[in-house]
Amino acid sequence: MRLIRLFPDDSKFRFVRWRVLSYPFSAAISVMTIVLFVTMGLNFGIDFTGGTLIEIQAKTGKADPGVVRALAQSFEVGDVEVQEIGSAGDISVRFRTQPGGEAAQSALVQRARAAFEKDYNIRRVETVGPRVSGELVQSGTLGVVLAIFAVMAYLWFRFELQFAIGAIIGTMHDIVLTLGFFVITREEFNMTSIAAILTIVGYSLNETVVVFDRTRELLRKYKNLPTPELLDLSINSTMSRTVMTATTTALSLLALVLFGGQAIQGFANVMLFGVVICTYSAIFVSSPMLIYLGVKTSARAAADDKAEAAAKAAAISRRPA
Amino acid sequence: MLYFSTWKTVAVLALCALGILFALPNVLPQSVRDKYPSWFPARTVVLGLDLQGGSQLLLEVDGEALRRSRQIALQEDVRRVLREARIGTTSIQLNGNTVSATLRDPAQKVLALEKLRTLATPVGTTLFGGSGPVEVDISSPSDRVVAATLTEAALQARIRAAVDQSLQIVDRRVNELGTVEPSIQREGADRILLQVPGLQDPQRLKDLLGQTAKLEFRLVDLSMPAEQAAAGRPPEGTEVLQEDRGGGQTTPILVERRVLVSGEDLTDAQAGFSSQTNEPIVNFKFNTKGARAFGEVTQANVGKPFAIVLDNKVISAPRINEPITGGQGQISGNFTVQSANDLAVLLRAGALPAPLTVIEERTVGPGLGQDSIDAGTRATWYAALFVVVFMFATYGVFGFFANIALAIHVIFIFALMSLLGATLTLPGIAGIVLTIGTAVDSNVLIYERIREEYRAGRNMVSAIDAGFRHAFAVIFDSNSTMAIAAIILFMLGSGPVRGFAVVFLLGILTTVITAVTMTRMMIAVWYRRTRPQTMPF
Repeated sequence: MRLIRLFPDDSKFRFVRWRVLSYPFSAAISVMTIVLFVTMGLNFGIDFTGGTLIEIQAKTGKADPGVVRALAQSFEVGDVEVQEIGSAGDISVRFRTQPGGEAAQSALVQRARAAFEKDYNIRRVETVGPRVSGELVQSGTLGVVLAIFAVMAYLWFRFELQFAIGAIIGTMHDIVLTLGFFVITREEFNMTSIAAILTIVGYSLNETVVVFDRTRELLRKYKNLPTPELLDLSINSTMSRTVMTATTTALSLLALVLFGGQAIQGFANVMLFGVVICTYSAIFVSSPMLIYLGVKTSARAAADDKAEAAAKAAAISRRPA
Repeated sequence: MLYFSTWKTVAVLALCALGILFALPNVLPQSVRDKYPSWFPARTVVLGLDLQGGSQLLLEVDGEALRRSRQIALQEDVRRVLREARIGTTSIQLNGNTVSATLRDPAQKVLALEKLRTLATPVGTTLFGGSGPVEVDISSPSDRVVAATLTEAALQARIRAAVDQSLQIVDRRVNELGTVEPSIQREGADRILLQVPGLQDPQRLKDLLGQTAKLEFRLVDLSMPAEQAAAGRPPEGTEVLQEDRGGGQTTPILVERRVLVSGEDLTDAQAGFSSQTNEPIVNFKFNTKGARAFGEVTQANVGKPFAIVLDNKVISAPRINEPITGGQGQISGNFTVQSANDLAVLLRAGALPAPLTVIEERTVGPGLGQDSIDAGTRATWYAALFVVVFMFATYGVFGFFANIALAIHVIFIFALMSLLGATLTLPGIAGIVLTIGTAVDSNVLIYERIREEYRAGRNMVSAIDAGFRHAFAVIFDSNSTMAIAAIILFMLGSGPVRGFAVVFLLGILTTVITAVTMTRMMIAVWYRRTRPQTMPF
């Protein structure tokens, strides 16, 4: 039986050279994303904005968003967002937080239930108060920041500071681009999105760590290899694994996108995007960083010290008596 | 050395068997599980509300209301204490947590301070018999002014106690409704998370929880028409409340502030029908103390009306026709059968120490939950199919081993979740699908390393051995970084997102065991049996 090889053996592709392209590209796209993020903002879900979301399904199986919108607007409760989801006659209706506290939100839900109940099944009702949504923003941001610091500390402990910095730069790059994905696709940003971002953080580091682990190993083996070549060797020798894992992860996410249903599709889409970005950044962003940060593991430093000492000793011994 | 000792093999196989045993209840129908012997693991994974449908309310104990009522009570206390000691004041002001009284005669300051100190009792006692935080600090900002300040520690202790008490009362009220297996948990400092599986419309629940249900029996003051009192100044010790006249109509009524008997003295309350008018009423019983107090008051006030006050609204104000000494009575009002029933529930469960506000509400219908389960199951099978085929096509027999390890990995996730009683949510299902993709990563790392070592000229056994050995560090590091992200997600997430973090974390844990230990064992056995000459991939 012939088995699949996605990546050729013994490749000598000079990956880090591509940084002359990948760095300007990544920098430009990151800046663009940040600009878009500031100007357009994210499409926050009710987890973060507060408000009420009602998901209904037409009993006939065919829903008319226009009718639903007209009905919802007849409540006169300010902006109403009506969106068709999927093809089975599902519609989501989103209302803003009503002035008047809890009672006002309850009244709105009661009214909407009464109005929709006849022709639609009520699939989901969510109301999030403004205090809760504010806290969710806080804890979400805190989580991502905390994760970055915790992982950085871990990598510093297990590798060297330069490796930790390189990996974190790559991870931040991935977070920024993922946020860009949310901004551009207008995908709703909710608590599950925070979960997606943290998973991407994990995956991004996972990818980088695999390459760096090899760099760490090769550093001990080839003490005098210039850093770019060392990195190329690390990337090439881990490349077949990188491609394999990216493929299996992408395959399972693809199953989620295709069959996972409406509610989880957003998460799956973002993750799929994340897998691609993380694979790219591990190779073309994090790894070349080490060229600038300078790799000097303690092993290598010790070796250098020893060489220096030996040179000194030689110099001393050569000194004429 | 590609050698797996017998006891190790036995241990691994036993672990697999245990995993299957604990995961099995999830795929068996209830009828089979019921026949299990009692010592047998029969726990299944708990489905989150987003999968089984139901309603979830996040309630917040209104600490501010509690704080305000304590502040007002302190002001009343200071006024009472100083009056009883005949200490003249020009003003008694409330400013934040502090009540300051300006004395007419500075010479009385020492006496005033001494009297105020009687208010400074500690709140409750601690576990070890010591006293809790002191409730009130007494000070004297100037020679004419004495001040009493509620301490923040004591207020916090009161809020904590109020949350504890609220938990119990919410529990009683919800259980009175006869809902199936509600879950009531404390969340954070001042919140209560209430989950009711299967509940479709939580409005009635919200109505029930939205009332503090403070019941008081007070006398009606007839010395002045209520309208006049409302327009001007009600007589000392009275206040104007609204009486419910049905159909949303209310009329003012002047009642004494003094509470004759309160809801705390009720031992029972049941909805029923009046024998005379056949209208819905609530029958109640007092405890001994309440019965005595009520008997005395009604005896002294025959012919006068008294007010039944619920949360500062007068339900009704019947006339006392004869002394009520039996400790039983009935509340009539403009009740429907349901509202009489609800009131009985509320009275039986007791009053909340502070109002509760619903700050988050999520309801999922059963249709959506089932659809999510179906879609999630389908995605899981497809993901498994894609990955299994791909792994086999890439690594041949080694891929087959990885696939078996993958299956055990998923079984382990279910076994651990059942064992821990963890909740499976929709994002949790996504987590399972995702770990199917990432779980094989450890195997891929090992296999690629084996391949490298083999191509570098090692023989098979030594290559396999080196592959496992060298790959371990990177498997450990890469999974640790993933785990750090997952732990943080677990700490800050709630509900569905936390469900994802749990699955992801367990997935990382089990993959290390299945990919490293189990595949290694399978490869060792395979090698011994077949003695292959070349690497199969």
